[in-house]
Amino acid sequence: MDSLPILSLMTYSPLVGALIILFWVNAPANAVRWIALIAASVSLVFSLIMLAMFDRSDSGMQLQETFRWLPDVGIEYYLGVDGISVPLVILTTMLVVIAILASWDAIQHRVREYMIVMLLLATGMIGVFVSLNLFLFYIFWEVVLIPMALMIGIWGSANRIYAAVKFFLYTLAGSLLMLVAIVATYQSYFEQTGERTLSVLQLSQGDYGTNFQMWVFLAFFFAFAIKIPLWPFHTWLPDAHVEAPTAGSVLLAGVLLKMGGYGLMRFNLPMFPDAAEAFAPLIIVLSVIAIIYGALVALVQTDLKKLIAYSSVSHMGFVTLGIFAFNAQGMYGAMIVMISHGLVTGALFLLVGVVYHRAHTRAIEKFGGLATNMPIYASFFGLFMFASLGLPGLSGFVGEFLAILAAFREYPIAGIISMAVVVLSAWYMMWMFQRVVWQRAPGEPPDHDDPELKLAGSEAPPKVAGGSGDHHHEDVDPRTLSDVNAKEILTLVPLALLTIWIGVHPGPFMELMQPALEALLEPFGGSGF
Amino acid sequence: MSSWLFLIPLLPLAAAVINFILGRWFLQHASQWLATLAVAGSFILSIPVFLEIVSDEQAISQHLYTWIPAGDFDIPVTLFVDQLTATMLLVVTGVGLLVHIYSIGYMHGDPGIYRFFSYLPLFVFSMLMLVMANNFLVLFVFWEAVGLCSFLLIGFWYRRRSAASAAKKAFIVNRVGDFGFGIGILLIFVTYGTIEYAGVFDMVGDASQTTITVIALLLFTGAIGKSAQLPLFVWLPDAMEGPTPVSALIHAATMVTAGIFVLARAYPVVSQSADAMMVISIVGIATAFVAATIAVTQYDIKKVVAYSTVSQLGFMAFAIGTGAWIAAIFHLVTHAFFKGLLFLGAGSVIHGMHEEQDMRKMGGLKKYMPITYWTFLIGAAANAGIIPLAGFWSKDEIILGTWLYDHTVIMVIAFITAFFTSLYMFRAVFMTFHGEERFNPDEVHPHESPRIMTIPLIVLAVFAATIGFIGFPPEDGWFHHFLINAFPGLTLPDVAWSTIFIFAGISTLIALSGLFIQYMAYVKKSISPAGIAGLLGPLYKLAANRWYLDEIYDVLIVRPLVAFSMFLWRFVDAQVIDGTVNGVATLVTYTSQQWRKAQTGLIANYVFAIALGAIIIIGAFMIFGSNLFQ
Repeated sequence: MDSLPILSLMTYSPLVGALIILFWVNAPANAVRWIALIAASVSLVFSLIMLAMFDRSDSGMQLQETFRWLPDVGIEYYLGVDGISVPLVILTTMLVVIAILASWDAIQHRVREYMIVMLLLATGMIGVFVSLNLFLFYIFWEVVLIPMALMIGIWGSANRIYAAVKFFLYTLAGSLLMLVAIVATYQSYFEQTGERTLSVLQLSQGDYGTNFQMWVFLAFFFAFAIKIPLWPFHTWLPDAHVEAPTAGSVLLAGVLLKMGGYGLMRFNLPMFPDAAEAFAPLIIVLSVIAIIYGALVALVQTDLKKLIAYSSVSHMGFVTLGIFAFNAQGMYGAMIVMISHGLVTGALFLLVGVVYHRAHTRAIEKFGGLATNMPIYASFFGLFMFASLGLPGLSGFVGEFLAILAAFREYPIAGIISMAVVVLSAWYMMWMFQRVVWQRAPGEPPDHDDPELKLAGSEAPPKVAGGSGDHHHEDVDPRTLSDVNAKEILTLVPLALLTIWIGVHPGPFMELMQPALEALLEPFGGSGF
Repeated sequence: MSSWLFLIPLLPLAAAVINFILGRWFLQHASQWLATLAVAGSFILSIPVFLEIVSDEQAISQHLYTWIPAGDFDIPVTLFVDQLTATMLLVVTGVGLLVHIYSIGYMHGDPGIYRFFSYLPLFVFSMLMLVMANNFLVLFVFWEAVGLCSFLLIGFWYRRRSAASAAKKAFIVNRVGDFGFGIGILLIFVTYGTIEYAGVFDMVGDASQTTITVIALLLFTGAIGKSAQLPLFVWLPDAMEGPTPVSALIHAATMVTAGIFVLARAYPVVSQSADAMMVISIVGIATAFVAATIAVTQYDIKKVVAYSTVSQLGFMAFAIGTGAWIAAIFHLVTHAFFKGLLFLGAGSVIHGMHEEQDMRKMGGLKKYMPITYWTFLIGAAANAGIIPLAGFWSKDEIILGTWLYDHTVIMVIAFITAFFTSLYMFRAVFMTFHGEERFNPDEVHPHESPRIMTIPLIVLAVFAATIGFIGFPPEDGWFHHFLINAFPGLTLPDVAWSTIFIFAGISTLIALSGLFIQYMAYVKKSISPAGIAGLLGPLYKLAANRWYLDEIYDVLIVRPLVAFSMFLWRFVDAQVIDGTVNGVATLVTYTSQQWRKAQTGLIANYVFAIALGAIIIIGAFMIFGSNLFQ
């Protein structure tokens, strides 16, 4: 550690913020918010410094920090980043700042506890992406689990306890399997070399028997597949998303799901390449099912958040599809899908949060015609809708097309089936957009120049849009909702700009990842580079 | 000259972005001038590019940057202009400019005008990039981008349920075609290792015949969506929900011809597969015929012109399928002018009739709007193939091509379709402008449109009348010798003048007979259209109901898919998967209940049970080591 421990500074700045809030017992709510925002911003700044210090031509771990902890059992404090983790770290630090801004007005009770949980979550998430010792990794992995469960369980909506428990159990089951696998790998490596280590880099040098690889690969895989979530381990996601507060959904979709994809790339592939290749066809099949299944189920959702949650299942299927094609396009595709999904789905949840905050409902049928009184909102919604349905020129297309191409090269049928998502994603997103942003408020009669009027006049009594019968009194009229305010715009603009940037000119992002991805692919023949 | 090629698409893009961001609060009506000037700039810049291509006979290109550097999949954004692109540049910017000018009048007073003049130049930008791409992926990018603009403009009056649905339908149906198109691009890359035109076209023969056929058909799948061929044309008539200038520019003159453009662009691939060509010609002629029969039965003036567009696109498609490549592009060019004119004319009628589109409530408008009448008549006559207007030359050449390349059956159907073309065109003219006035004179006061709308009509009418002469004499005109350079290996057939005269004679006879029948029916009233409809019975119903395609899709695809999705959600997700999960949880609870006395609380139970299991397994590892698995 001859230079500044930039990774540690970045990881623990949120924790420091959390401690300050914890010990300032009577802090006013606004002070708490400001402390949280500053702590998260400091972390973001450190992550940008990390990016500046990062050598793009080097494939190895950089900015490493080691600290001997329990050397006898191989546990050490060991941090480092490469081209795979750097983009995910920056995505995380950025989304945390955005999540805090998005919670500013939305969270009004137990602000202190909320911000502590949020900052703990931030430290955990960053820690997951920078730890290179499996023990440390596991700690951060679990640190993420608890604050998120609390966030859903305490600040969630009506059915929050059920969702929190489901989330907690699902992921806990996964992480315990992973713990078993960690110990097994540790033991096997010790038997091979006589050295006790939990360093990922060293463990990746081990030579594990095929049979062993299979079992341990599966244990890791379940933990990560639940997180992604890959079909059929996905059913916790819609519930968690629906019940979580807006910022929770943003971080869940934006960062937590990526921990699964990251885990596969960081652990499963380097440590158990034979098993990875053996299981690849099966995982490809699951990915294709996830892609189509998620899109189909999204089609029939009536709750905005559930729709986006199922679309996440579909999008995240491209991550595993890309990774397990084992070629350059697949790896790039998986990485860009992860980043893009973090930006786009994060933004979509923010947008749902905007109307939920104003109207206290997420039911699609309660909305309509938002473009009329919320034009800026409608523009952002349109942009992220198109990014989500894979319009070229926006980030989603680059990643998903590369992943499909990668799959097509190895498994043509998988590539062809997953291409069908171009139709389905347009269908479910536009169907939602049409009903929420376009058309008219429920029960609002057609405008004077609407051809529907003429039609109605000649054939039947005037038809009224939407089911006016079930229009309850407590419903907020969507026509009265105000457009996004400056704070909300501030949270959306960086996501919009990055979405466009990655879509139009992904080159710089891909160059950043290239050496690491090339190294990652080496045991698999490294085709496509 | 190639160093400022990028300005041609950049100007409209800049206008689109500025208008979108600043339009609502700052520019408002000024946005229309910014957009129009930008497209005018593109048009002016396109002229020297075109002239350079004409004089040098060489393609020019400009590399901008590398878009996707993913290992061996390395995609550049490079502008590329050859004879085909140069032609498209002039059509897109030329018709685009006229439509912009016309829209200033047509959209006057619309509160969303800044959005309109943001989307419209965005479309021009996308279309220009589409034709200037030098590889299939960038082509695909802007292929989708024009779809985006189409979506935004069809749904421009988004408060109308019909417009919102039509916009969504257009995009989704197009994406069905894009599904095939996308796979086509993947197959091209996997087959040739590149997706740049030059590289692919050099190596076409390296692939097996089957692969070439599959690639050609996949590209055609995209064209079926974008160029509204059977069975995907259902989106185009609905797209008429957009403002009429949009219908003229996007859903008639330019975007819908993108599919034809792609086939022409991929000429080195498509022409190598006789099977693919046959499929294209069959789909094309079927589309041309079916759409023409529907057009005869429609009462909405825009729908007539819309089905006419579908039919004419079918002509272009089967021209390519039969090997008449240059005739197809020639028809694309003439069609852009006369169909743009027809739509703008229809818009002028609708504008003058206070938003009335039903021809049954028109009639006798000739005296109220003479400029619209005469220009619409020229457009209709051009479309119907009356000599010597533009449509006559190009359509006649397409039919001539079926004869030259031995497609007799297609030729016969093409002649029948040409008869229908004349029928629906003159039916529209007579119903709208002649005969008795069927509107309520107390409510509706028909008037001629302002000059900003009629001047573009006049300009387009001049082109619709004369542009055909660039292709005169047939198969040997200036346009043929110019464009042949874009089709390496293609030769112009030698046609005897006697053949040309015979075909011209038959075409003219057919067109005039259609005119005569409709004159008798709608002006002289000596033939009863209703009587003929009754005589045809179910056939008429079939055509009037648009061959029930929408209903078939709804029953066969949409409903089953939605039902299946519900099944996945309500049964597979909620019962099977969650059922299993809950089952496991219940089992754990049950087991731990047997053990617990000290434990309370739900989560703690679970955690305890699971942790205990984990500890046992970990312990087993510690004792037995990794041998556990061997």
